[in-house]
Amino acid sequence: MNDSQHLSSQFDEDLTRLRTSVLQMGGLVETQVSAAIDAYSTGEVTSVKHIVDTDRKVNDLELAIDDDCAHLIARRQPAASDLRLVFGISKIVTDLERAGDEAKKIAKGVRRIYEAGQMPSQYGIGVRHIADAALAMLRQSLDAFARLDTALAQKVIEADAGVDVEFKSIMRQLITHMMEDPRTITTSIDIIWIARAVERIGDHAKNVAEHVVFIVEGRDIRHPPKESKA
Amino acid sequence: MQIHDNPPLKAEARNLNFYYGEAKALKNINMPIYDKKVTALIGPSGCGKSTYLRSFNRMHDLYPGNRYEGEIRFFPDNTNLLAPEVDPIEVRMRVGMVFQKPNPFPKSIFENVAYGLRVRGENNKRVLDDKVENALRGAAIWEEVKDRLQEQAPNLSGGQQQRLCIARALATDPELLLFDEPTSALDPIATAAIEELVHELKKRVTILIVTHNMQQAARVSDYTAYMFLGEMLEFGKTDEIFIKPKDKRTEDYITGRMG
Repeated sequence: MNDSQHLSSQFDEDLTRLRTSVLQMGGLVETQVSAAIDAYSTGEVTSVKHIVDTDRKVNDLELAIDDDCAHLIARRQPAASDLRLVFGISKIVTDLERAGDEAKKIAKGVRRIYEAGQMPSQYGIGVRHIADAALAMLRQSLDAFARLDTALAQKVIEADAGVDVEFKSIMRQLITHMMEDPRTITTSIDIIWIARAVERIGDHAKNVAEHVVFIVEGRDIRHPPKESKA
Repeated sequence: MQIHDNPPLKAEARNLNFYYGEAKALKNINMPIYDKKVTALIGPSGCGKSTYLRSFNRMHDLYPGNRYEGEIRFFPDNTNLLAPEVDPIEVRMRVGMVFQKPNPFPKSIFENVAYGLRVRGENNKRVLDDKVENALRGAAIWEEVKDRLQEQAPNLSGGQQQRLCIARALATDPELLLFDEPTSALDPIATAAIEELVHELKKRVTILIVTHNMQQAARVSDYTAYMFLGEMLEFGKTDEIFIKPKDKRTEDYITGRMG
């Protein structure tokens, strides 16, 4: 990335503000996810409302940042690293907003389970683990964006495979549970939804990391060809 | 960039140096000009892009003390445009030029376009009529002037004058057209008309264009060269240069940063 200043200091300020807003939005999503995971473990269903409220703020920020991107493009016609930054930010906020939606889904699922008088932890012990992994990915992807650190972004991208494997293993466990004791089906399905949401948060974090690589290096590494996947 | 998907060459600068007297204005330029493509030359004022452009039609020969070194090879015949034995008048028949400010001759619209043909000794009225019409059509100005070909060219609007100058350059069927900031004196509408025209023209002629307008370079060109202090720092596909330039100095220039 280019850290020299623009001839127009206003342009520098616009870009700085844009980056700050993304980090602010990322921070909110991180809190949402972290609170949702805590609610899962502790049964603190009172935080669910807060998570849902935060989601509105996240949505507003997504709109505001996209709007700022459009204005910046119209006013400055950014090129090269500036263009990649603005373009990348517009994509990052989409992924962050969706990660926030997933956090909301987790919170609502947790509320359903506890309100039915169940304890999710006795079913899906693995869920807490995979959720911590996804949250770490999200944090690191935001750090990678803040520092434009492609090595860290690469770590996030690699971590996603582990989350996917764990998700499948949780699915198998829960299916076994349901077959052994059909009374657990309702709660098991809620837990599957939660695990699925966690897995999606990992995917969004991976996407953010891919956008960071694009911003810094100009390489679009989404959808690599089959042979290089190995 | 893969070598094998490069289009054929129309011209190529090889180890080109240029001196205004003692001052070295171009430093060892090596650059391909691809056939029927638009190549944009960008760079800050004084970087040598106009000097480079003008080497292609031997404009510098008009002033004493100017000196070339190296070659500009012109294809398919592989002529060195800069060779002393090559007649600059012949070069200018094959390489047309359009300047920053429209500079029509103080003659009629018709005579402006016919001028180059008459210099070539063409006096047949029917041939002249045909070629003038074709050139005016090629420059997308025929519909606007066909009923007033005998009017004085300087009475046209700036944008029309510039397209007339393009028609004048086209009349002699050049193989390469040089544009030196062709829209810097025009309003956005006339500019759009010229850019549209450049897009049409590249179907039949190779174009080299100097522009200070980054967006224009990004819009009209297939290849872009970034020049700085007489050197060519970066040459590549326009799509790549404006998304991911290789040289930090190119990046600073196109994103409007201080060097």
